[in-house]
Amino acid sequence: MSLPWALLSGLLFGLGLTIAGMTDPARVLGFLDLAGAWDPSLAFVMGAALLVTVPAFAWARRRHSSWSGAALQWPSARQLDRPLILGAALFGTGWGLAGLCPGPALANLVSGQLPVIGFVLAMVAGMGLREWTARR
Amino acid sequence: MSVLIQPELWAQAAVGGLLIGAAATLLLLGLGRVAGISGILGGLLASVRDRAVPAAADRAWRWWFLGGLLAGSALAGLLIGETSRSPTVGWGPLLLAGVLVGYGTRLGSGCTSGHGVCGLARFSTRSLVATLVFMAAGMATVFLTRHLLGGS
Repeated sequence: MSLPWALLSGLLFGLGLTIAGMTDPARVLGFLDLAGAWDPSLAFVMGAALLVTVPAFAWARRRHSSWSGAALQWPSARQLDRPLILGAALFGTGWGLAGLCPGPALANLVSGQLPVIGFVLAMVAGMGLREWTARR
Repeated sequence: MSVLIQPELWAQAAVGGLLIGAAATLLLLGLGRVAGISGILGGLLASVRDRAVPAAADRAWRWWFLGGLLAGSALAGLLIGETSRSPTVGWGPLLLAGVLVGYGTRLGSGCTSGHGVCGLARFSTRSLVATLVFMAAGMATVFLTRHLLGGS
């Protein structure tokens, strides 16, 4: 029974992002704007999240399977390669332009605002472009 | 540089962060998956082209997670009052940003959640480097658009 876990995890994730204020693009841009009036909130979000995930992931390391019975799937890549660096640089540039990363962008669909829908469609197109070029 | 002193917002940010950490933990211990939003969404797109690879069950948990993400965000709006969700830039930069975020997160194998929260938690060098790079790129972009080109 894995689907209830996925739903619950998504719920907590959306709740957390929104309570943290990270669904407001202006707040995220405030964090990225070191030369302006710097809003450190995003650092508190990441720090608090790591406070939970660091010990939890260390504990999970010693387990072989999840509560639903499926194997724990840890990312296996180790190399610092060009796609990693270039991808992160492109993502960061987009993030700095709009103040939106994938989680908040999807969560903000609940507002029904046209610009949010536009951003998400452009993001999906970008993901599709990567899928398409990776297969050629 | 000046720092905005907003202890109440910092506390909310920390509470939100704890919830995000709990969410990532539940997904790992409950299903065995790492909670990167770009990977969860991207996995659905991969299945559009290549239906044989991710089975229906693999697509199902992704939809349930994303449904939960939207429901949780709406619920938070009800609990603490709606905050702004409006992008602050015009259509041109907004759509360009969307494509860059989509393409970049898939090429770089992760976003703020996958690299920033989950990757750092397992002390992945790849994730640390990716996080430093996207933060630096984001800060450089804001500096360029706000202060050098004088957007806002």
